[in-house]
Amino acid sequence: MLGALKDLLAGLVFIAFGLAFGYASLGYDIGSALRMGPGYFPLFLSGILTVLGVVILVQGFFQTEESPIGPTPWLALVLLVGALFIFGFTVQGLGLVPSLMITVFMSAFASRHTGVLGAIALTIGLTLVCVLIFVYGLGLPLRLLGPWLDF
Amino acid sequence: MELFANLGLGFETALSPDNILYCFIGVLLGTLVGVLPGIGPTATIGLLLPITFNFEPVSALIMLAGIYYGAQYGGSTTAILINLPGESSSAVTAIDGYKMARQGRAGPALATAALGSFFAGTVTTLILALFAPPLARVALQFGSPEYFSLLVLGLLASIALAHGSVVKALAMIVLGLLLGLVGQDIYTGTPRFTFGQFELYSGISFVSLAVGVFGVAEILRNLEHETIRTVAVKHVSGLWLSKDDFKRIIAPVLRGTAVGSVLGILPGGGHVLAAFASYSLEKKVSKEPEKFGTGAIEGVAGPESANNAGAQTSFIPLLTLGIPAHPVMALIIGAFIIQGITPGPNVVTDEPELFWGIIVSMWLGNLFLVLLNLPLIGLWVRMLTIPYRVLFPAIIAFASIGTFSIHLNAFDVYAIAVLGIIGYVLVKLDCEPAPLLLGFVLGPLLEEHLRRAMIISRGDPMVFIERPISAGLLLAAAIAVVIAILPSVRRKREEVFQEED
Repeated sequence: MLGALKDLLAGLVFIAFGLAFGYASLGYDIGSALRMGPGYFPLFLSGILTVLGVVILVQGFFQTEESPIGPTPWLALVLLVGALFIFGFTVQGLGLVPSLMITVFMSAFASRHTGVLGAIALTIGLTLVCVLIFVYGLGLPLRLLGPWLDF
Repeated sequence: MELFANLGLGFETALSPDNILYCFIGVLLGTLVGVLPGIGPTATIGLLLPITFNFEPVSALIMLAGIYYGAQYGGSTTAILINLPGESSSAVTAIDGYKMARQGRAGPALATAALGSFFAGTVTTLILALFAPPLARVALQFGSPEYFSLLVLGLLASIALAHGSVVKALAMIVLGLLLGLVGQDIYTGTPRFTFGQFELYSGISFVSLAVGVFGVAEILRNLEHETIRTVAVKHVSGLWLSKDDFKRIIAPVLRGTAVGSVLGILPGGGHVLAAFASYSLEKKVSKEPEKFGTGAIEGVAGPESANNAGAQTSFIPLLTLGIPAHPVMALIIGAFIIQGITPGPNVVTDEPELFWGIIVSMWLGNLFLVLLNLPLIGLWVRMLTIPYRVLFPAIIAFASIGTFSIHLNAFDVYAIAVLGIIGYVLVKLDCEPAPLLLGFVLGPLLEEHLRRAMIISRGDPMVFIERPISAGLLLAAAIAVVIAILPSVRRKREEVFQEED
């Protein structure tokens, strides 16, 4: 066994972020300690992050205790992320009501306990509540039906 | 007396009909999100930030503060009735509170929690009124080197209090700092880490980060093991305390308030630690420590007072120094900035109405909370029966609309999704998200003060050690890290957090 998988992965994630930010920092003016350029502080932090990542990685190798990562709700992940992207993509074109309905309907299925009827009821209910709160209550300037639906 | 004049001004502000209403809405929402497991005040305040754009600054801040301390009350209701902490700080309350509920003593447990919290809230409101202004005067003398050291202290102290690996917490802070630097450099205007995306020139949206990491990641976490909650106690009766109960809780409430007031000022979720510390303390001083864990009323009274005291004193560093003690305070700083007010020592003198209004509103809010929580307990019990599968699509819907409406920009909504995935991966690898958000907020400030200090000192880093206040702060920061790493302290820390399970 390689040691604690969680720590190994966490270490790699931090090293990756550290190297990526560090590489990007090199593209900016570093300057000197007296007159720091835009790259100075990020480069310094990236160095620290990379070192911390290495420490976590090494600790992971010597860690004998197993810590299982546990299940990942893949379907929920895809549905929720998809729902957010679809909202962002359609809210101006389709308008708030249709866009929100798609978003809620999709995210409802992220739960294993929700069936089609439940999802429909939730979609109608939540859309109604949101429109009442955000559009009528708070007066946000959002179109209920967007230009994509104009015929 | 200056204090009375100031409090008078505070009452005048807080008691305007509008502000009473906002305070009430705040604590009502706070109780609601506190009661419902799976939604915390961090995500809620993040979601409501955009809505407060159009409010008066005082009203906005009164409401947001109300959500925060209101959640402390609500969280304990859930802990007592269904053995699930609605809020991380009420995790300890569940130990003895739930046992009491099982024994048919849910009423006294809830009453203890509410009364203890109210007492703590009243005392800490006074502490805030007494100590914040002199502290702010001291802070006015701070230059950039002192601010830099203070920020370092704040960041490092937050890891001493977080649970889990110290190195991972440090890495999360640094990652947060780096994410905070995304956007245009303040001195030269150079866009950094923007991938040419125009939307990133003004930085990663604070709301997207908070909602992604504390909202979406948390939902995914909860969906890993979907369980259907059962409410054991459907009917709560006998909300009053017997004379004996009352006598037993006085000392724990006083001690809890003291512990909470001190720990709340410290950065990094002081109110959570305060609750744990108070529980350990009560167990230690008790003549019958074996009773703890079987439904001891002291085990509810102490931690509940402590977490509410801590929730309130954590406003001290915010109002006097402009430095957040934990993620919720970081969001409230965001609210100040949105309103065009720079949080810090100047707030007391420049915006006395705002400053004293918030303080007095806290006392008023605590009063509302006792009224909301005791007579209306039946309503909250019914709230607990709302299943999670209804709640999380609502969170997603609110998150999308709320975030989109800030700049009417879809980019911020995409950012929630991306940051949510990053947050979920990190949480899954046992990296706590709170230090990340703290680092994110403080990153730009830290860089600004570092650069300014280096210009003042002509590039000599010794400036941080040569100035006495700065040196003292850095020393305290070093001590915080050493303490966190010491093996004996680590064991103790794990022990304290173990009680959570």
